[in-house]
Amino acid sequence: MLRKEEIAAILDQLGEFEESARSVKDQLLANLVMISEIPAPSFDEENRIAFIKNRFIENELQHISIDELGNIAGMLPGKNPDQNILLNAHVDTVFSKKVDHTISVGSNKVTGPGVADNSLGVAVLVTLPELFKEAGIEFESNIWFLGETRSLGRGNLEGLRFFLEHSEIEFDNVICIEGAQLGRLSYSSVGMVRGEITASVPEEYDWMRMTYTNAIITINEVINRIVDIPLPQRPKTSIVMGSIEGGTTFNTIATKANLKFEIRSEDQEQVNNILAQFEDFVAEISSRSGIRVDMELVSERKPGGVSFKHPLPRNAHEIIKHLGLKPTITPSTSELSAFIDWGIPAITLGMTNAEHLRLETETIEIEPIYKGVAQLLGVINVIDKGD
Amino acid sequence: MTMNMEQWINNNTYHHADFWDLKKLVEIKEKKNLKISLCIPTLNEEETIGKEVILFRSELMQRYPLLDEIAVIDSGSDDKTLEVASEYGADTYLASDILPQLGEKKGKGENLWKAVYQLDGDIVVYVDADIKNIHPRFVYGLVAPLILRDDAKYAKAFYDRPLAMGGGVRPSGGGRVTEILIRPLFSLLFPELTAIIQPLSGEYAVRREVLERISFPIGYGVETSHLLDIYHQWGIDAFVQTDLDQRVHHNQPTRALGKMAFGILQTFFKRAENMGVFDKLPDYETILRQFQAVDEKYEQVQHNIVEDERPPMITIDAYRKKYKLKEYAKK
Repeated sequence: MLRKEEIAAILDQLGEFEESARSVKDQLLANLVMISEIPAPSFDEENRIAFIKNRFIENELQHISIDELGNIAGMLPGKNPDQNILLNAHVDTVFSKKVDHTISVGSNKVTGPGVADNSLGVAVLVTLPELFKEAGIEFESNIWFLGETRSLGRGNLEGLRFFLEHSEIEFDNVICIEGAQLGRLSYSSVGMVRGEITASVPEEYDWMRMTYTNAIITINEVINRIVDIPLPQRPKTSIVMGSIEGGTTFNTIATKANLKFEIRSEDQEQVNNILAQFEDFVAEISSRSGIRVDMELVSERKPGGVSFKHPLPRNAHEIIKHLGLKPTITPSTSELSAFIDWGIPAITLGMTNAEHLRLETETIEIEPIYKGVAQLLGVINVIDKGD
Repeated sequence: MTMNMEQWINNNTYHHADFWDLKKLVEIKEKKNLKISLCIPTLNEEETIGKEVILFRSELMQRYPLLDEIAVIDSGSDDKTLEVASEYGADTYLASDILPQLGEKKGKGENLWKAVYQLDGDIVVYVDADIKNIHPRFVYGLVAPLILRDDAKYAKAFYDRPLAMGGGVRPSGGGRVTEILIRPLFSLLFPELTAIIQPLSGEYAVRREVLERISFPIGYGVETSHLLDIYHQWGIDAFVQTDLDQRVHHNQPTRALGKMAFGILQTFFKRAENMGVFDKLPDYETILRQFQAVDEKYEQVQHNIVEDERPPMITIDAYRKKYKLKEYAKK
């Protein structure tokens, strides 16, 4: 545990850290532009990884390697080889290669697909070694830099899980870097399950059997059932209906329709309970209507995480406040859960303010990034000094 | 293709990937004690200029010090072009503030010409500001052959592999004016120049010793006139060209290309005449006449396009004074 004075000394340094971040503005923004303009949909991150690799080589990181799933890692050695801090950013984005990935840089803004989620996170990751060098910052711990693949959607954290399974390093602490939002502090993961419900009219359907024969109507019934499920206030629980698709055109009965959903709760019991209700009504609607209704689960997370008493989130909270920001504590459904499964203390920090997330007009503000990077340096320092 | 041209293309055509080793390139540049300036001519480019400056500054000044200066020379934008450029660390100039005693002419060529006076480089590289997919290769791909080869004087970009893209945007590979005007003209009268794959591309790097000795049409004809003048004075071997892959920018309507072709033709005829390709040409008109239909009527639209020119910089007193050059003896 660090003494109060030691923490206070690091808090006093935050202003300096902010200036150090500002001094690499050009490199950071150039990296952001170049990274953002290389498309990297989940499962197809290779080109973006190749760019990161070049940067790691130029910054003379050690143990640079790309594993079978395309994750890239590199390491900056510290004075004490037994301590290891992992900095992690997911490299994939939600945008397909077909989307125009042109980025525009305005006065205080950068706009384009994926700039916030998570090209900025990756840009910070690859610029940090340069910042450390220029500012003459050295650490006790080895600092590991990880760009992970296959994290989003159907990627389901496959890259990160593979890395953790095969890495021989014992990481003491992990910081996940996300482009947005500044002030965000996540240290626990909610229980979550994602899936799709698909209704399809079988080809041999007996059209005389029911008054309605339409996959969209069936999905509509599914939706009505979901809306009827009572949700408890505590533990916090929610069902997200994220997307529906179905049918082909104006005048043809839809033979296929599909609903994508996510159930999340602070309590795994609630998730299981709701999922059981889903299974029940799916089977019921299917057998009653003769229209085939299938449910497929795409990904799952268990709730967990370190408690707020743990020095990692507590100190991060202190640092965010000291920078004049309002800490927003949000449970996460992303990388944290993989680290939680492995029992490694981890938090997620956001780097700046962003809007239009996951749209092609995704936009970040430049000026707050320096505070975002300063908080990151503050937290790394606290961990490095033994907390 | 004649054997000669094939050989020229083999010897003088590069791909930007040939120059990936920027560290080595900077070493050679420093050993040869070369100064390199980047000039970005602008007119209302606030959308794209920030990105362009930030990329070149970070990659080609800080990481690999290939460029000694980045200058944005503006024709008087109404938007925040110069503000944004300066915010990201470019030196910014209004073209009319450079050599103000020589008056003001409007056009991109004017900015390029004034750069010859204002910038200090032994090599000046010009890159347009409207490139959506800007990347450091647009500079190092052009500068590299001049650093590596002492015999090369002018490096021209070309963009191969035209690709269809959505959203009204397409790469310029084999632009329309090139294919239906310049290439046929060169084929008729200067067949050696047809080896230059994209004669109208706005990106090129040139040695000062050449820049100060050629004149600059201020409008559409500047690229064409450079090719002809350099070819005339130094021959085809002064040129090299580099494939910079794709260049994505907004497409121009055909009507605008008509104006461009009109300006280029004026420049072309003037030079062809000076080189003795034609005998005395008759005086020509400077009004381009286009048609447009308004309701049921056909209306003629007239554009007066005069390809005004700036003389070789070396003939300007202020320039010779700045560079401590002796009196220029006109040929």
